[in-house]
Amino acid sequence: MAEYNKSELLICTAAHQMEDNTICFIGTGIPMLAAALAKRTHAPHLMAAFEFGGMGASMERLPLAVGGSRTFHKAASASSICDLMEAAARGFIEYGFLGGAQIDPFGNLNTTVIGDHDRPKVRFPGSGGANDIGSLCWRTIAIMRHGKQRFVPRLDFLTTAGYLDGPGARERAGLPRNTGPYRVVTDLAVLDYDEKTCRMRLRALQPGVTVEQVQAETGFELLIPSRVEQNPPPQPEELRLLREVIDPQRLYT
Amino acid sequence: MAELPAGKGELFRMIPVDELRDFVRAEKQKGLVPKLMDEREAIARFVKSGMYIGVELYGSVRCPMSLVREIVRQRIGGLDLAGQGVLENDLLIGAGLVKNLDITYHGYEVFGVSPVLRRACESGKVKTVEWSNAALAWRFKAAAMGLPYLPVRSMLGTDTFNFSAAKAVECPFTGQKLCALPALALDVGLIHVHRADEFGNAQVDGISGFAAEMARASKRLIISAEEIVPHEEVQKFPERTLIPYYLVDAVVHAPYGSLPGEMPYVYWRDEEHVKAYMKAAESEEGFQAYLQEWVYGVRDHWHFLEKAGGEKRLSELRRLATRR
Repeated sequence: MAEYNKSELLICTAAHQMEDNTICFIGTGIPMLAAALAKRTHAPHLMAAFEFGGMGASMERLPLAVGGSRTFHKAASASSICDLMEAAARGFIEYGFLGGAQIDPFGNLNTTVIGDHDRPKVRFPGSGGANDIGSLCWRTIAIMRHGKQRFVPRLDFLTTAGYLDGPGARERAGLPRNTGPYRVVTDLAVLDYDEKTCRMRLRALQPGVTVEQVQAETGFELLIPSRVEQNPPPQPEELRLLREVIDPQRLYT
Repeated sequence: MAELPAGKGELFRMIPVDELRDFVRAEKQKGLVPKLMDEREAIARFVKSGMYIGVELYGSVRCPMSLVREIVRQRIGGLDLAGQGVLENDLLIGAGLVKNLDITYHGYEVFGVSPVLRRACESGKVKTVEWSNAALAWRFKAAAMGLPYLPVRSMLGTDTFNFSAAKAVECPFTGQKLCALPALALDVGLIHVHRADEFGNAQVDGISGFAAEMARASKRLIISAEEIVPHEEVQKFPERTLIPYYLVDAVVHAPYGSLPGEMPYVYWRDEEHVKAYMKAAESEEGFQAYLQEWVYGVRDHWHFLEKAGGEKRLSELRRLATRR
């Protein structure tokens, strides 16, 4: 089996979640690499949408910024933030890939502050497009490193809506129906959500990881189904593409 | 329906729409008047302390960095700022010129959080009100439409909403709950474009971010352009003019005006400069030393370009852009 690091594992697992012939909002970092990999493997017609206006970029060269020129290199179109976000509001965008400093059992995300908002202990960048993506895409996929400081029972600040406080809460708040978190991809596992309670549930383990390990690194109780799937390790061809073709300068991995 | 929620963030500015109409009628030039001037004059004439300003796109891409450096050089303070930003907002905030920040995202993407923003927020020096990226663009759009607010479906149910100045409203037709975003009209907007004529007819290549909306939501608009072209050039393909002359108050010629950020199709970002800046910004002393070297200690944009490496380095950055 080929050697790989945690970032490479996250990228490959995230790429596996991407579906051909769909439009996905792609954020900076791991989602960009995952999209570039997915387009070169199982999803050549994946349309990568970037919030500042790039739609369907070739991903031949890795973008460094969500508004950078590579987000519309050989793209289907190059428009504006309103155009892309309004497409999401009309239901065109199936998946949104998000990251965060904290996630809770309902898939809500924090990218704003640790501590009090007006006098924070740590100030993070803020929502950016995440709140819009979490509000308007059909399904969101969070990509995070696993750890108790990140998987918390209660967020310091709810930047981006997951299932808020449980079943029906998104609709009650006014968000579009039948939308919400779909998966969480981490270096230890892939998680999904229980249909009835909207609470986070273990779905698959990364290679060599145990259920106990995942629970120990999660700051709240996970739902554990009777059957847990096993994720494949990154394939040699995937690693070759990542290292030699997609990110030869190793900016991200 | 139960009581509708409202954000508790401060609404820094709400200009009545009729006041905007009056301003446009009385103050904006409708004739084709030359507006070409240097950055010093443009900033001194239109940007005053205590104003609310905004900058498009953001600090590493097609950003009017030469105009921002001039604001810092003239030390125009007490500003309110629409904060979708990176380096440009770092410079304004770190120089102590910003009082209030309507923030969406302020960071370095893959390189992480801004130490300048952290110091400003964690010490309580700058007051922040939260928004999403689309919300800020839609707030400009509302002002551009001549409306006091625009109902949307973002932000609902979150702390981003709770710490914004948005309010939930009920749709008068369907009864649905919507997020009402207050219109945001800027005292001054700053936009960097690929080309403009002397009257301000401005064209952007590639994605246009929120330039169209912000240009129409700015009482005064300063354009910096990579290239000043004859009027006949923009007349050839007038549909490419994203920002027509009557929106514009000043046109500044600023080749490489987005440096150290990139300009799509023209030059790549100066990765070494950005990395050196980020290293410097880690400490307050380092940040101030950067300002001294690259802003206060520089006469104007032409001087900045000499310092930034001169023709050799600039042509390298142009070459890198073609490798997209």
